[in-house]
Amino acid sequence: MTETIKDKVRAFVIENFLFGDTSYDLADTASLIENDIIDSTGVLELVAFIEDQFGIVMGDADIVPANLDSLARISAFIEARVGAPATA
Amino acid sequence: MRFEQFLIGNAGRQAAKTALVTDRRRLSYGEFDDLTGRLAAALARAGVKRNDRVLVFMDNCWEAAVSIFAILKAGATFSPINASTKADKLAYIITDCEAAAILTQAKLMPIVAEAQALSGNSDLFVASTAAPNGQTPADAISFETCLAEVATPVPHRGIDVDLAMLIYTSGSTGRPKGVMMTHRNIDAASDSITTYLRNEPDDIILNVLPLAFDYGLYQMLMAIRIGATLVLEKSFAFPHAIFERIREEGVTGFPLVPTMAAMILQMRDLEPGFLPSLRYLSNTAAALPPPHIARLRELFPGARLYSMYGLTECKRCTYLPPEELDRRPGSVGIAIPNTEAFVVDDEGQRAPPGVPGELVIRGPHVMQGYWRNDAATERMLRPGTNRWEKVLYTGDLFQADEEGFLYFVGRKDDIIKTRGEKVAPKEVETVLHAHPGIAEAVVVGVADPVLGHAIAALVVLSDPSLTDKDIIRHCARHLEDFMVPKIVEFRTELPKTDTGKVSRRLAAETMEPAQ
Repeated sequence: MTETIKDKVRAFVIENFLFGDTSYDLADTASLIENDIIDSTGVLELVAFIEDQFGIVMGDADIVPANLDSLARISAFIEARVGAPATA
Repeated sequence: MRFEQFLIGNAGRQAAKTALVTDRRRLSYGEFDDLTGRLAAALARAGVKRNDRVLVFMDNCWEAAVSIFAILKAGATFSPINASTKADKLAYIITDCEAAAILTQAKLMPIVAEAQALSGNSDLFVASTAAPNGQTPADAISFETCLAEVATPVPHRGIDVDLAMLIYTSGSTGRPKGVMMTHRNIDAASDSITTYLRNEPDDIILNVLPLAFDYGLYQMLMAIRIGATLVLEKSFAFPHAIFERIREEGVTGFPLVPTMAAMILQMRDLEPGFLPSLRYLSNTAAALPPPHIARLRELFPGARLYSMYGLTECKRCTYLPPEELDRRPGSVGIAIPNTEAFVVDDEGQRAPPGVPGELVIRGPHVMQGYWRNDAATERMLRPGTNRWEKVLYTGDLFQADEEGFLYFVGRKDDIIKTRGEKVAPKEVETVLHAHPGIAEAVVVGVADPVLGHAIAALVVLSDPSLTDKDIIRHCARHLEDFMVPKIVEFRTELPKTDTGKVSRRLAAETMEPAQ
């Protein structure tokens, strides 16, 4: 079975923000900020991951909670962008 | 004057004006005054008395703002605690200050319950906000119920030399120290700062910094003092979203730390003048690199930029008048109004211009000392020229130019500044040493373009199966977020001095700056 976008994002978040703690019950829709999973420098790391891993160029206006504040939102954002031309 | 009088006075003059804006609630001065009065009455009914210590363990939410002023109205002393504090440190603070009460949020109740058990303090009054499902956690009184109390003024008989707040700061011994500030201290500091920032009642100040960090806390205290509006946000994680708030609310004042400036400068699509409502930006915690200052001035051409320097023990020491920025971009300026700042040599004599020495601060903003820690107090507060007063030895090395403008040179001790907050390496090392798989560890700061300094741990393992992630996870369970190491390096031995003592200085020299 191929690894889905959501699996990749989850693996990245667990590895980098939960430091490999797979016992943490991270719901797909849980806010990463409200639950203190990522902070401001974490968002920068997340953006670098999305750009490197999926070849997406994120404009400032893309880096907002609506796109990045839960596993589900991040995955939906990437799915919408993969294959679509990057906006300037 | 006691500080809550500013809120009461402004509520009397401008009850309908907006005092506080958060994502969930806007409060007018009248509402803010009323809610704080209700909570103060509830605290008094719960047995909180004059000079009792009450912890505010919350993130940046309207309830935290209400709690702080309610505690003052109850005649008590507030202590704001960073929301990422873990149970063992919270337990230490509960015991150290003999807290009478703690006001918190549902999501933090597991930490409070664990800390309460560790501290053995079963008398603590605990009030918590409701969870998203509307339930108040077991073992806590409902915050909403407290707000249903009638706002009868509490006859506490407190005066302005009573303690208003206790701010815990990372201690070089590995244990936090409570900085004692009276109402008069806060009055003096906020008067001085609002004077040089030229704050006006029509200012709208945005704060994304934690209220547990004195720079964040003072944004609220100053806004209420001058009758202005505070827009309170939880973090700067999404700068674009914060800029939208600045536009929506017409924000005029925007306090920064260097990490935020570095994040702004990494953004790609910003146009000069994109936030025209801003009148001023301020920076403190560490000096901005001159190229960052230049770029900020390009992006915010209509705003004054203040470079400042301070420490919790006196709130703020110096500021650079914005008109001096072109001539001396590397300076953090001169003493704030109605205070003195000067450089002394090892004998305590004033150092001439160009000669580095320790910065000493004198004025009505200087703390009363550390809570029940005379030894640490005596190191920081020492006799001055006048027999009746003590002056503050900052532990920071500075030098002055010929015209008296001050330049930061370095720390006298090992304190690391990361994301604008101070971290004592010892506090992190204590947590590392508590791990059974770690034989030895030393913690140093490594220069980092965004964080200022990143926390790095050099570790000798006794359990070779441990990974860097295991160690970071262990630290994350016991330390506030900003204290958790970003870098872990494994060594077979740690650098030591000739006498065999682990040397942080030698350890730092073995580290490369982060990219």
